[in-house]
Amino acid sequence: MTLSEDTRPASTLPYTQPVLKATGLVKTYGRVVGLDGVDLELYQGEVLAVIGDNGAGKSTLIKCLTGAEIPDEGQLHLQGSPVHFKRPQDAKLYGIETVYQGLAVSPALDIASNLYLGRELRKPGILGSVFRMMDTKTMRSNSKQELDRLGISTLQDVTVAIENLSGGQRQAVAVARAAAFGSKVVVLDEPTAALGVRESNQVLELIRRLRDQGIPVILVSHNMPHVFDVADRIHIQRLGKRAAVITPQSHTMTEAVAIMTGAATA
Amino acid sequence: MTTNTSQSSTPAAAGPEGGGVDLATEFLDRSTPLSRIRNLLHRYPALSPGIVLVVAVIVFGVISPRFFLANNLSLITQQVAVVGTLAIAQTLVILTAGIDLSVGAIMVLSSMVIAQTASQNHVPAALALVLGLLVGLAAGALNGVLVTRLKLPPFIVTLGTLNIFLALTLLYSNSASVIGQNIPALITSTGATFNVGGIGITYGVVAMLVLYIVMAFIMGKTAWGRHVYAVGDDKESARLAGIRVNRVLLSVYVAAGAILAIGAWIQIGRADAASPNAGNDLNLDSITAVVIGGTSLFGGRGTIWGSLLGALIVGVFRNGLALAGLDVLYQTLAVGVLIIVAVSLDQWIRKVRK
Ligand SMILES: Nc1ncnc2c1ncn2[C@@H]1O[C@H](COP(=O)(O)OP(=O)(O)O)[C@@H](O)[C@H]1O
Ligand SMILES: [Mg+2]
Repeated sequence: MTLSEDTRPASTLPYTQPVLKATGLVKTYGRVVGLDGVDLELYQGEVLAVIGDNGAGKSTLIKCLTGAEIPDEGQLHLQGSPVHFKRPQDAKLYGIETVYQGLAVSPALDIASNLYLGRELRKPGILGSVFRMMDTKTMRSNSKQELDRLGISTLQDVTVAIENLSGGQRQAVAVARAAAFGSKVVVLDEPTAALGVRESNQVLELIRRLRDQGIPVILVSHNMPHVFDVADRIHIQRLGKRAAVITPQSHTMTEAVAIMTGAATA
Repeated sequence: MTTNTSQSSTPAAAGPEGGGVDLATEFLDRSTPLSRIRNLLHRYPALSPGIVLVVAVIVFGVISPRFFLANNLSLITQQVAVVGTLAIAQTLVILTAGIDLSVGAIMVLSSMVIAQTASQNHVPAALALVLGLLVGLAAGALNGVLVTRLKLPPFIVTLGTLNIFLALTLLYSNSASVIGQNIPALITSTGATFNVGGIGITYGVVAMLVLYIVMAFIMGKTAWGRHVYAVGDDKESARLAGIRVNRVLLSVYVAAGAILAIGAWIQIGRADAASPNAGNDLNLDSITAVVIGGTSLFGGRGTIWGSLLGALIVGVFRNGLALAGLDVLYQTLAVGVLIIVAVSLDQWIRKVRK
């Protein structure tokens, strides 16, 4: 399939290799086929949108790319080297951060604890090394700074438990965590699903800013205007396969939807 | 979006760090006094058992003048020491949304190994204690492996291992107790008493309190403690956040096993003997203490200290009702009512979540 090669961002032609490259990903759940041999390339400095009908395998694809699921078949390459993610932790170690659909935040923990969950900072000196004490103060002030830096104004107090936040604010926490720690790739599965117009725009702005900082973003979304607004390229997923890769310039929204639903081919 | 300038009308709902008006106040401040109480209880799970304990102590003190006698208070602490220790192990497991029906059985198995190796095999006392610890660790590890590898519900796993450990204990001990005289002093020293303001306190009680302090620190201040809460709160979220869920679960059961072995040591001192039947009630009594202590059976919510309060509440109720001259059956009745009230309260408190 050479379609995706043709639609790479012009600036990356002709030598750049993909930051993240998946080939022939297969994932089955019993008799249900989630992914049926999917390829995907993500290049430096781009926003790659992934669209598709419900059940097309978008979330399964994201999980297989980020260690949340182990694909039955297929390869992953990160900057040209093969990688095998056995768990989300593995992908995180490579700087790949993900917001999973349905939000993976812990309701009873506060915002700062959620941002640092699984990578808590320890106090300096023996308090940290021997007594394993967390540096709660630093984690809180860093969290606050990070939220400010990301322009997420709706979260003021990082000591509030997630369960006391609105759906949009929870989503903001999940997005902030990915944006704060994603040093190589940021992956967002339906990050604006629960958000209002203003909050959605903040997330889109955040995605652009990440791209401008050189961090490529994979964005799964149902919202065509959002996709056509921020995406450099659009991966269309259909029935567990990649149906096409298009760009906002090469196709209209109507055409994209037609490919998505099988009414047309690219 | 409301602006954040309103002066708080509920200072009580502000965080423990103070800090004036914060978002928490704004969010938790949902008008009716009832919901405000609920939010407060939600934020501080040990609050309701704390209140119950204080009220119970006052009421029983008023009913029976003997309640506040030094001897009686000393007795209550001793009665609470073993179940209070087992409740720590139980709290860890319940915080992960599990349950451990085998805590009493593990404790007894460990205590028989300690007593018998020291008395019959003439193993040095310290080494006997280490052997007891190893038994506790191994038993906890078995529970943990079964829960994480076979993906069986903790209830079923520990129901099975409860019977296995029980049978092993009877086999190993020939169903016979070891009396205190035959056990080295180091091992029974947990039953020795010293005086604090006229109240006799055993070293076993001190050991329990030290365990509470250590575990409260670990749960509140270390990443491991936080991961235990996260796993109990929402396993899948914890996994996706990069936490090795199975590793955390396994470590919880192993840690519980270690705590139970210390419980075994305390039990031998308390009873001045090691008996293969000593743990039968403790499996459920530890769950009772944890639940009354405000820890949610759904996981992720509760505190270590709450379980001490829960154990004390049960101890004070039993003691107070007995002093009041009521039959033992009323103690059982009271504990039953306490459990139902505590679980109903938890159910109500959890509705804070949207
Ligand atoms: N854990 C799972 N168990 C069984 N089937 C699953 C599981 N996850 C996804 N699937 C199935 O795989 C297919 C793709 O699902 P998904 O990737 O969630 O689609 P999308 O995100 O595009 O809506 C669907 O048919 C779905 O039912
Ligand atoms: Mg999906």
